[in-house]
Amino acid sequence: MGKDAEPLAENIDLAIEARGLVKRFDGTAAVDGVDISVPRGAIYGVLGPNGAGKTTTLRMLLGIIDPDAGYRRVLEHERPTEVARRIGYLPEERGLYPSMKSVEAIAFLAALRGVPLAQGRLRARELLEEAGLSYAADRQIRQLSKGMAQQVQLLGTLVHDPDLVVLDEPFSGLDALNQGRLEQLIRSLAARGATVLFSTHVIAHAERMCDQVAIIAGGKVPFAGPVDVARDRLRPQVRLETRARDGQWRAALPVDARCDLKSGGGAFWYFTLPETGVEPLLRALIEGEAGILSLSIERAGLHDAFVAIAGEAAARALEQPETDAGKERH
Amino acid sequence: MLSHRLQAAWVVARRDFVAVVFSKAFIFFLLGPLFPIVVGFFAGAIGASVQQNLDRVVVGVAMPDGQGDLLVKARDALAGHMEGGAPDFVVLDRLHPGDRFDARRILKDKRLAAVVTGTLDAPVLTATRERIDDWNGMVALFAARAKTGEPAVFPPVRGDVVATSAAREHSGQVLTAQAGQVLLFLLTMLLAGMVLSNLVEEKANKIIEVLAASIPMDALFLGKLFAMLAVSIVGIAVWGAGYGVMVLAGLRSIPLLAAPAVGWPLFLVLGFLYFAMAYLLLGAMFLAIGGMANTVREVQTLSMPATMLQLIVFFFASFALARPGTWLERAAEIFPVSSPYAMLARAAQHAALLPHLGALCWQALWVAVIVRGGALLFRRTVMKSGPAPRRRRASAV
Repeated sequence: MGKDAEPLAENIDLAIEARGLVKRFDGTAAVDGVDISVPRGAIYGVLGPNGAGKTTTLRMLLGIIDPDAGYRRVLEHERPTEVARRIGYLPEERGLYPSMKSVEAIAFLAALRGVPLAQGRLRARELLEEAGLSYAADRQIRQLSKGMAQQVQLLGTLVHDPDLVVLDEPFSGLDALNQGRLEQLIRSLAARGATVLFSTHVIAHAERMCDQVAIIAGGKVPFAGPVDVARDRLRPQVRLETRARDGQWRAALPVDARCDLKSGGGAFWYFTLPETGVEPLLRALIEGEAGILSLSIERAGLHDAFVAIAGEAAARALEQPETDAGKERH
Repeated sequence: MLSHRLQAAWVVARRDFVAVVFSKAFIFFLLGPLFPIVVGFFAGAIGASVQQNLDRVVVGVAMPDGQGDLLVKARDALAGHMEGGAPDFVVLDRLHPGDRFDARRILKDKRLAAVVTGTLDAPVLTATRERIDDWNGMVALFAARAKTGEPAVFPPVRGDVVATSAAREHSGQVLTAQAGQVLLFLLTMLLAGMVLSNLVEEKANKIIEVLAASIPMDALFLGKLFAMLAVSIVGIAVWGAGYGVMVLAGLRSIPLLAAPAVGWPLFLVLGFLYFAMAYLLLGAMFLAIGGMANTVREVQTLSMPATMLQLIVFFFASFALARPGTWLERAAEIFPVSSPYAMLARAAQHAALLPHLGALCWQALWVAVIVRGGALLFRRTVMKSGPAPRRRRASAV
């Protein structure tokens, strides 16, 4: 553990807590000082572009690899392997033994987590039936389609009713129907009290499902916290339609407001909501007789927030090429 | 936690064992020893046939006045008493006074090993230098017998059989030791190679990450090693049973190796224990190598130094066997990787058991060290390589 990496004080309700995690491969930092706090029972997303360090971060949190520096605590244990039986993990690169039957594959994954083989087989059949895959129970993995094999592996990840479920890019390779099913499954896991941590590079999934997110870029986490807070990083965008084109009210609009003149008179105005808020703006427009025809204020989406946040981080990374140059390789 | 580790190792070992034993590849593994036997059988049969034709050595005889017939008769009477027998003698010509016989020309034209001409008093052997050296005495003996025509009297020799002699026993035990070492080496290499390809297959199937996330890496390591050890036991049992059936059916005989100094039962037990130690040491090294490799090609490249090291170790132990009582022998017994080979050779030659107890403890200690070290290295390297690098696509976000 690094000297500067101390546990957080308010860690009572945290399923995962990590501070200052660093991992270097061949001298280059794949992960460079990551802080993450995942509340118990939350659905938590790790967002980042490919090669940002998501997988390496998850592997460190699971104890598959050890950090070069930093502190981690998973389900109240500093050595994640000690609580491996309470964790379910679906890696980004899916893999099962091709010659195993589906039911045996799930039972094997259960046995790895301490479930007796016979019990694992029973549970496997139940899960396959619930997932509508009972017909594939006695088929070898190599006989299944890629999507079905992926579902079997997902069931194997959940067969032992884990307290913490870690999914690395779980939506990749799934069609729209199965993506919807997976979203439902993740919600049901959280509803029964499990903590779900998943990585993705598709914002829409995180925006729909996550209570909190960590945005990771260049091996660093420029933002971690509730989704709303991330969205609030950007000011809302205003779209205004006025009858008048000029007047005293123009002073209330930001100087960089974009204007599209209408052919029959009047104009559209696009600008970021001033920090003073909407009320002074409205007052100025009304008192200045701008003639408001329509007004919409749109809150920034997570996508916009991500681009803004990850973009800043990328800019910072450009100034430190020696630390982040190798992240794509891990 | 220890029980968790053992349980995890058991889960991995059970999976690997079942997967290997019930695979088609295992049938070929079991049939492996059959191939050299079958090839050896056919090669032997063909070789014997060729040899039989080649060995049908005939000596032509051309002598005057029926002397040639007498010589052939003498040959027939004496050949049975000569070790290795004698070549066939065939009368080519019964010469009359004044007849000329060109033995050299006959040797060129006919497939004869030699030609005997002249008379019984002064036989002439025409042949190559080697044949003349070999058969000179024989022709003289036959001629002498033919000339007298008297049956030779051979006194009976009473045999006083001893089971063995010190010299014979020692050389036999050295042979047993060598055979044990060779068998140990071949089995170890075969299995270490199998455990390595098993691991590479797992990496190729992308299962290794699930395993690494679920169980401690040393449990995975141990499970894999012991699974292959169990596979080897099945293999040895099948081969042993097959060989036993062949012996009972009279198809093969038990090899005539001298009994080892500790006796066959104990030698076999020690042989298995030393095999297990040698395999665990080499297997742990190979697994650590496998952790660093992603493809079969990489495995072949990386495992080459380990294979060469094992060969050197084997030659070292064999070399030490030929130098009993020297520091080389002692060094081979102490050096952990060569110790199983050297100690098995010792079991063949010396009856003392206490050194084996010490050696097994010593080797077990090194097995633990190498397995632990190998597992650490494996853990450090096996998850180092992730998915293939992809271009960053900001637009996907």
